Amino acid sequence: MIEQQYIDLFKQYRSELDANSAEGLNRHRDAAFDIFTQIGFPSSKQEEYKHSNIMRCFDKDLGLNLRNIPIPVNPYDAFKCDVPNLSTYTCFLINDRYYNKAEQAENLPSGVFVGSLLQFAKEYPAQFGTYYAQIADMRDNGIVAYNTMFAQDGFVVYVPKNVEVEKPLQLINILRGGVDLNVNRRILIIVEENAHVKLLVCDHAVDDVHFVVTQVTEISAAASAQVDFYELEENSEKVTRLSNLFSEQKENSNVVTSGITLHNGYTRNNYRFRLLGEYAEAHAGGLAICDKTQHIDNFAFLDHAVPNCMSNELFKNVLKDKATGIFCGKILVEKDAQKTQAYQTNRNLVSSNTAQMFSKPQLEIYADDVKCSHGLTTGQLDEDALFYMRARGIDKEEARLLLMVAFTRDVVDMIRIPTLQERLITLIDKRFRGELMRCGNCEVCK
Amino acid sequence: MLKIKNLHAIVEEQEILKGIDLEVNAGEVHAVMGPNGSGKSTLASVLAGNPKFEVTRGSILFKGKELLEMETEDRAREGIFLSFQYPVEIPGVSMVNFMRAAVNEQRKYRNEDPISATDFLKLMRDKRELLGMDSQLVSRSVNEGFSGGEKKKNEIFQMAMINPLLSILDETDSGLDIDALRVVAAGVNKLQTRENATILITHYQRLLEYIKPDFVHVLYAGKIIRSGGPELALELEKKGYDWLIR
Repeated sequence: MIEQQYIDLFKQYRSELDANSAEGLNRHRDAAFDIFTQIGFPSSKQEEYKHSNIMRCFDKDLGLNLRNIPIPVNPYDAFKCDVPNLSTYTCFLINDRYYNKAEQAENLPSGVFVGSLLQFAKEYPAQFGTYYAQIADMRDNGIVAYNTMFAQDGFVVYVPKNVEVEKPLQLINILRGGVDLNVNRRILIIVEENAHVKLLVCDHAVDDVHFVVTQVTEISAAASAQVDFYELEENSEKVTRLSNLFSEQKENSNVVTSGITLHNGYTRNNYRFRLLGEYAEAHAGGLAICDKTQHIDNFAFLDHAVPNCMSNELFKNVLKDKATGIFCGKILVEKDAQKTQAYQTNRNLVSSNTAQMFSKPQLEIYADDVKCSHGLTTGQLDEDALFYMRARGIDKEEARLLLMVAFTRDVVDMIRIPTLQERLITLIDKRFRGELMRCGNCEVCK
Repeated sequence: MLKIKNLHAIVEEQEILKGIDLEVNAGEVHAVMGPNGSGKSTLASVLAGNPKFEVTRGSILFKGKELLEMETEDRAREGIFLSFQYPVEIPGVSMVNFMRAAVNEQRKYRNEDPISATDFLKLMRDKRELLGMDSQLVSRSVNEGFSGGEKKKNEIFQMAMINPLLSILDETDSGLDIDALRVVAAGVNKLQTRENATILITHYQRLLEYIKPDFVHVLYAGKIIRSGGPELALELEKKGYDWLIR
């Protein structure tokens, strides 16, 4: 059993785990451990993991830095992020640990906390206790349980009532290690009533070893809150990213998420959005550009629990070589959720015979007065458009490129930070031109 | 400028062009007329290099070079322009980026530097005004959400931007109301010089009231069955095609 070594490790190092974390996190380990020993990692025998063999990712000799041995790194030297100057407030997680020497150009509005999860657990025990491990449901999710067993630190954004954080925040996740590593990180976003915040999270692997990363993100959007949560993955092919994002929204809140997979190894992104207050809106975007043997699996579950909410999902994949893409979109409209509007679109461009795309829309609707739709297409570039462009003198390859960038455009348009949109268009263009075959700026890729 | 000799072309194993001969010189305007299904649009597509059509016999010399050996984009760079009967919508590609790419590819082919931003914007403005196009249209995605008339205007706008040697206008008049037809025809006439040439493909005389052809050809069942001066178009308008076919 692959799980056994992790079960043993947990038992053996439990005191170190606790000693290098905080009571608020430690409190959840036993329950997580019980669940994990029962259900283990997801297996590809489960319908929802049919095309992603998660178990296999853990069947390696992976180290865990449970004693918090400092990893010598200066994030400013290690690399330059591909999205520079976006934010005046940039933070770093080195593996799962918050880097507390970051220099900030500006102060945050008063009452806002942006920083280490560990520190937050100690300084804001009430808020921490209300949200941490409360939004993320681990009962049927072995990865979340596993993460909760081992998580020791992470990143927090806490925005109190009526506070608007105008400029976007940025978190840069840096993976560093001399040996193959398992990293378990947490992100907690608490946005109180009528508060606004925008966050961009960039993922970069710096060293050329295998990383298996679990990330659990919890977003709580209170009434009339606005939350933008954007993720940009630029990892090496040796990185496995297992992300689980849970978002809960109260009335009139508005949450926009977007997961852009520019370069990766093996990625599974789970999204679980719950609309719990009337007139809440959730917009979820996803875009992956994969080639070689890269693997992208996006699983989105959208739960309309109350009436008058709106959700919109747009997931797109561009696949070539032997890349694999999977999309599963599940929409649940509960019995009382009348006047629901739920839209889901999945479009895929597959440009080689060896690339594979699996797509599964699932709509479960128990209310009778709703507007729901889903659209799914998988195909190749429009030959008529290609000819039209070539007939204007545009080179065939250039025309393909323009069309591929155009294909990604509506996902980029969902992002509510104009400078990030512009930067992404440039990065996507570079990616298609093969100028971003690796993440580009880190030490490995130089 | 253009010499078509014994051109045969097939699409989906069906022969559409069955031996076309046509010569077009600089400064000339040729009208190619004919009933539906006679091969007019196939001829336009073959000249532009549409890969859906396969040429089985014949040759097309353009400025002395064999067109059939050239890729679509190289034909365009040599100076061939096709105004599409059904312009394609390209969501996500802005008119500005599309035109900049097209103009610069042409310049690159002639070993010229890319056009400067200010020159490009001026060129866009001048040509837009020539066609009386709304500035909103050029800031949108290529043909996306354009009306039928706007799409046709946009074709002639692109022609003005690129300034080709040989323009092939495939049913440019179809879908245009009379006012739009006047504007489009005036645009085409302004672009006509002694150095360039135009092939008008149409099955109505209507367009020829605004753009005067020097030669009129009747295409029927894949062959040119009659050629003449502008008076041939008038005759066709009166008598239809039946008298020629019988």
